[in-house]
Amino acid sequence: MSNFFSKAEVTSSGRPVFLRNEVERHLLSGVDLEPEDYRFSPLKSGILILTTHRLLWLPSSSATTLTSASSIPLASISHIFSKKSLKSVFHSPRIRFQFLVSSDGRVFDPGSGSGSGSSTGSGSRSVVVTAVVRGKGDCDGFLVKFWDSWRARAWESNETTGSGSGLASGSGAGTGTGGGLYSTDGSVRMVGVAGILRKEQEIWESTDKSLQDAFQDLNALMSKAKEMVMLAEKMRQKLLAGTSSQTSGTNDEEMGSKEEMQDWLLSVGIISPVTKESAGALYHQQLSRQLADFVRTPLERAGGMINLIDAYCLFNRARGTELISPDDMLQACSLWEKFDVPVMLRKFDSRVMVIQNKSHSDEEVFARIKSLATKPEALRNGISPTDAAMTLGIAPAMAKEHLLTAENKGLLCRDISPDGFRFYINLFPEIDPFNIYLRLKATRCFAEFSVKDYGICITWIKAVSTSG
Amino acid sequence: MQKLGDFKLPHFFNYPPYFTLQPVKETREKQIQLWKELILDYCRTQKIFVIKLEEEFPLFSNSVIERTLSHEAREAFLSALVAEGRSEWLDKGRRSCLILWHRIQDWADIIVNFVKDNGFEDSVMTVEEIRSGIESRGTELHGIDRTILMRALKLLEQKGKLAIFKGTSTDDEGIKFSV
Repeated sequence: MSNFFSKAEVTSSGRPVFLRNEVERHLLSGVDLEPEDYRFSPLKSGILILTTHRLLWLPSSSATTLTSASSIPLASISHIFSKKSLKSVFHSPRIRFQFLVSSDGRVFDPGSGSGSGSSTGSGSRSVVVTAVVRGKGDCDGFLVKFWDSWRARAWESNETTGSGSGLASGSGAGTGTGGGLYSTDGSVRMVGVAGILRKEQEIWESTDKSLQDAFQDLNALMSKAKEMVMLAEKMRQKLLAGTSSQTSGTNDEEMGSKEEMQDWLLSVGIISPVTKESAGALYHQQLSRQLADFVRTPLERAGGMINLIDAYCLFNRARGTELISPDDMLQACSLWEKFDVPVMLRKFDSRVMVIQNKSHSDEEVFARIKSLATKPEALRNGISPTDAAMTLGIAPAMAKEHLLTAENKGLLCRDISPDGFRFYINLFPEIDPFNIYLRLKATRCFAEFSVKDYGICITWIKAVSTSG
Repeated sequence: MQKLGDFKLPHFFNYPPYFTLQPVKETREKQIQLWKELILDYCRTQKIFVIKLEEEFPLFSNSVIERTLSHEAREAFLSALVAEGRSEWLDKGRRSCLILWHRIQDWADIIVNFVKDNGFEDSVMTVEEIRSGIESRGTELHGIDRTILMRALKLLEQKGKLAIFKGTSTDDEGIKFSV
């Protein structure tokens, strides 16, 4: 069987030895070569290499040493079948091709023997072989290149160029004349459509190579970084082990240095969660408590509610140097749920986030808003966020949030005009659609009853009419 | 009490939030209800049959408190009327709205009563005569919108109470009653 194909020379590391001007085009692994008529026993699970001149089959490294590398010259290939069939959906992709066999039963090799480029020998028959691709390679790409290489007939131009330069005068190294892909100095010439394709291929290959080189550097960097991270992890583990096994008799110095180590680790960017359910890093816990303490004074000054952004600015300004990120701020506030602190984070419908006292009561605020909105002045002209801010003693932005919340509860309704955005006490629920002119009911007791119902309406009418 | 022409306006017409489309669902529902009633009332007393959204409409502004309904608000209230069947859009762009302060069926009944009251059971009249003839003066039919009148007449035709036939000119369609 191994005598059927020509033997391909292989280097000591298992790579094929290429002919002069032969270039590797594609490689597929896990390929079986199976003849259609059992002329030779199948070659199993090897590497199929397509070059500009030959098809090479190398046994896989696990194969026995008896199987040697084989080659089929592209010149002896007489036909490549297109492989579309229904079967191909279910089976491994296959490549079928046909090549000529010379009279001695072996693959016809035009390179050997006469070398005059006659494509058919006497008495040659043809063999059809199927290459079954069981590996993961790009079979379609291989097929395309197979066609290309076969049609390009690189081996012929090699010969003609070889003979051409022989005829030319002088043995000097001229640049390749004559047709064909290859010039005399062995470099590939760019000729015709094949040449363009070749050029594209080369550009792509060189880009690929330079990318690979670049990534080599990056890989080196990453492997180093990996080492660093592992080192840091080890230290962290040691620290944790050390902390958990501490007895009360530890001296403070050790504790201090351990905390220092922890901080240093944190600054490198490694958060150390003890467990997932726990309150997160010690750093964030401390920060959270510190923030809760700090925020008390501004809260009082701001009337019990302060915008998160404002709190963030105040906090960082107070810290002076070791500023915290917005993320840290958010984390610290979220941790408050787990501790017993008198402050909480609150998110409004408008997605504004505020810090407020736990003792803060919405109801109380609404009561104050209602009393503000029912004053005669407010009945006539409504209230603006600024008015509310002054009365409630809080920032206008916070006041607006409160007014919007009150509106949502049906306590107020809005009035949008060129004068701006104002709120009025909500009269709509009081208005009776069947008595829009407020005709009082006939009997006296009913009259008293109805006046009470329309209490706020009457008040409003009175307030409005006194304005003239 | 404030008036718009001879129309008596309700007290909440001077309530500024009445002119701003309210976002809160319950408040808005009440607001829409009040506006629907007001529009129908106003159109009935003023005999207005068509409202054009982009034109000035006295009901939609209040100069005392300096407020005007936005286009969005007008569309919202009129759409609510359409949904209730008391109104119809006359064009796809929703710029013009037919107000049915009497439903078509009600108009049909009014026509039948008119016919009976005046003894026109078997006679013939033109459409114009119904709208603006001497007999209709003082009734609700006087000055009725032509589109609405035709719809009501067609409804009666389907019920077999009358027959519509073309006259000598397009203006002069005739009605033969068989009430």
